[in-house]
Amino acid sequence: MKSLAELKAIRDRMQGEVNMREDDNSNHIRVVVGMATCGIASGARPVLNKLAEDVQAKHLDNVVVTQTGCIGLCQYEPIVEVYEPGKEKVTYIKMTPEKADEVVEQHLIRGQVLGKYTLSSTNL
Amino acid sequence: MYRSHVLVCGGTGCTSSGSETLISLLQEELKKNGLENEVAIVKTGCHGLCAQGPVMVIYPDATFYSMVKPEDIPEIVSEHLLKGRVVTRLLYVEDGGTAKALKDTDFYRLQHRVALRNCGIINPESIDEYIGTGGYEALGRVLTEMQPDDVIETILASGLRGRGGAGFPTGMKWKFASGNRGNVQKYVCCNADEGDPGAFMDRSVLEGDPHVVLEAMAIAGYAIGASQGYIYVRAEYPIAVERLNIAIKQAREYGLLGKNIFDSGFDFDIDLRLGAGAFVCGEETALMTSIEGNRGEPRPRPPFPAVKGLFASPTILNNVETYANIPQIILNGAEWFASMGTEKSKGTKVFAVNGKINNTGLVEVPMGTTLRTIIEDIGGGIPNGKKFKAAQTGGPSGGCIPAEHMDIPIDYDNLISIGSMMGSGGLIVMDEDTCMVDIAKFFLEFTVDESCGKCTPCRIGTKRLYEMLDKITRGEGTLEDLDKMEELCYYIKDNALCGLGQTAPNPVLSTLRYFRDEYIAHIVDKKCPAGVCKALLSYKIDADKCKGCTLCARNCPNGAISGKLKEPHVIDQSKCLKCGACMEKCRFGAIYKE
Repeated sequence: MKSLAELKAIRDRMQGEVNMREDDNSNHIRVVVGMATCGIASGARPVLNKLAEDVQAKHLDNVVVTQTGCIGLCQYEPIVEVYEPGKEKVTYIKMTPEKADEVVEQHLIRGQVLGKYTLSSTNL
Repeated sequence: MYRSHVLVCGGTGCTSSGSETLISLLQEELKKNGLENEVAIVKTGCHGLCAQGPVMVIYPDATFYSMVKPEDIPEIVSEHLLKGRVVTRLLYVEDGGTAKALKDTDFYRLQHRVALRNCGIINPESIDEYIGTGGYEALGRVLTEMQPDDVIETILASGLRGRGGAGFPTGMKWKFASGNRGNVQKYVCCNADEGDPGAFMDRSVLEGDPHVVLEAMAIAGYAIGASQGYIYVRAEYPIAVERLNIAIKQAREYGLLGKNIFDSGFDFDIDLRLGAGAFVCGEETALMTSIEGNRGEPRPRPPFPAVKGLFASPTILNNVETYANIPQIILNGAEWFASMGTEKSKGTKVFAVNGKINNTGLVEVPMGTTLRTIIEDIGGGIPNGKKFKAAQTGGPSGGCIPAEHMDIPIDYDNLISIGSMMGSGGLIVMDEDTCMVDIAKFFLEFTVDESCGKCTPCRIGTKRLYEMLDKITRGEGTLEDLDKMEELCYYIKDNALCGLGQTAPNPVLSTLRYFRDEYIAHIVDKKCPAGVCKALLSYKIDADKCKGCTLCARNCPNGAISGKLKEPHVIDQSKCLKCGACMEKCRFGAIYKE
C-alpha cells in the first residue's frame, strides 16, 4: 500500500457490497421484485439479479434491491415495484433484464419513470 | 455481485451453539436451489445478542433470525432467499412485543457502537471488507498528513482512557513514551489477555474486527516511534488467534504492515504472543515479562513501561477495546469522541452482560449510562420475575453495585466512589437468590488460585481472607472475623506488589459495605438468607402440602426421605446431602429451604 488513492480504490470496490449491510435504510429507494412461484416461473430471478448487480456496480448507495412474495397480479409477472420516500409507488410489469437496465438508468439514476413499462400503461 | 448477504454469527457464543453447521448447510441448500451466485454467506463476529444464538441477519432488509436450528435452513433458503417471504417464526421478538427491525429493538436502540462498529457487520477474515467500511484510512491519513505529536495531541484531546480497567488517559501514556523518537528501540503492545470471569468484550473485538487492532497499533507505533508491536492474547481464544493470524498476513500482503507503509518511510510489524491463561499476565509488567519468555510475574513500578518496559525499552501497552476506538477518533476528530460520555469519562464502553439477565451478551453504551438502563432496558431484566440484588463490575478486582445505586451514571470515577471499578467491562447481574458472602468467596477463591505468589500480602493474605469467608459460610464465623477481615483487606491493598493483589480484596470490602447484614445473618443467626450456603440450610417438607406421592423419596440420591404412601414424608437431616433434587421434583411445592 503506497498511497491513500490505492486504499480508496479498494474501498470503492467494496463499498457497493458493504453498504448493503446498513441497518437504517428507511430513507432509501426500495426496489422490490415479486419472487413468488409465479414470478420465478415467468423469469423474475434474472431481473432481480440484474437489478442487484447494476445497483452495486453503479454505486447507487441510496437504493435497496429486495424481493417479496406474490403481488397478486400473476399475469403481469415479473413485477418490479419502486418505492421512493415521499412519492407514489411505481409498478413495472412484464420485466426483463434489459428493461431492468433501463429502469436503473432512467428511473433510479435520472428520476424519470418509464411510463411504457408501468402497470398504468395497461388497460386494467 | 450478490443480491443478498446472509450474515451468520461466527463469534464464540454462536459457534458453540452450532453456527458452523448452519453455514455448511446454507452452502449446500444454496447450491441445491442454484442460488450460490446470487446470495453470499458471510461469517461475521459477534452481534451481541449471544443469548439468542445462533443468530443470522439477512440483508438488504436486515431481517434478524435468532435461535436458528439446522432444520430451519431449507425453509430460510427456499422461502426467504428464493421467494422473498420472511420466515416469521424465526424472527427475534422481544418480551411481549412484536418483531421489529433489529435497530429498533430495546437491545440495540439504546446502544451506541464505536468499538464494536464492525462486529457482526463485516467478515473478519477479509481485509477488503474492513477497508470497505473505512478501514486503514486513519492509518493512511496519520502517515501522510499528521506529525506524530499531532496524533498524540488528538488522542489526548479526545479524553480516551484505558479500557482495560484502571482508566489511565491513553494519550498521556503515549506522550510519556514518545521522547527520543528514532534513537531508541520502542515497542507497542496490546493486552488481549482478558481474564475476568464473565468478560468477553476483547475477545469479540478480536474475533469480529481484528484489523482495527492492527491499524490502531500501527498508529500508536507512528506516534511514539516504535517499529514493532506484540499482541499478547490468551491461547484459550482459538478463534481470535486464528483471525488475528489471518489479519496480520493480509495486512502484510497489502503492505499495511511491514516496510515503508504508505510510502512514508514508516516501518511497523506485529507479532502474536500466546499466553497460557494466567490471570496475573493481564497485569502490564507480568505481561511483558511473559512476552520476554520468562515466567509471568509482575515487578514493582516505577520504572513504568513507558520508560522501561518490554526488553527494558520504552513500551506502551493498551487494551484491545482502547485500540478499537483509535481509528475512529482519528477519522472523526477528538471533539466527536469527547462529545460522548461524561465529563471525565469520554466515549463509550462495552460491557459483557451476564449472570441473571435475559439478554446475555455484548452491549456498548455511552459512558454515563445508568446501570438501570443496561439491565432493565437493554438487558431485558431479570429472568423468572426475580428481584435485582446487585451487579458485579470489574470481576475479581471490582465490587458490587447494590440496587440503591442503580441510577448512578456509570463512569470510571463514579464506580470508584461507590467502591467498585470499571474493570475491563464484565458485568455480572445477581438476583435475590445470590448469597453475597458466597460471591465474595467465589472471587477470592479465584484470586487465591491465580495469585502468582511473588509477594506475601497477596499469596498469604488472599488465602487467609478466603479461609475466613469459608468459615463464615459454614456458620462458624464470629463478629470479630469481620473486623479482622476488613483490616486484612486494607493491609493487602496497601502492600501487594501488583494490581492483582491490590484489588483482590475489593469484592469482600464492597459486599461488607453494602451487605453486612448478610454476613451477620451467617454469623449470628447461622442462616444464609439467599439459601445458598449449604452448611446453613436444611430442606424440609411442609406436612400440610405433602400428598405422600413418594416422588421425592424415589429421587433422593441418598435415601434420606422416608414416609408412607399418601402420608406426609420426612427428610432425615443427618442423611440429607442438600442437593435440592427433591425440591425440584416435588409437584406440590411442599419442600422448602430454610
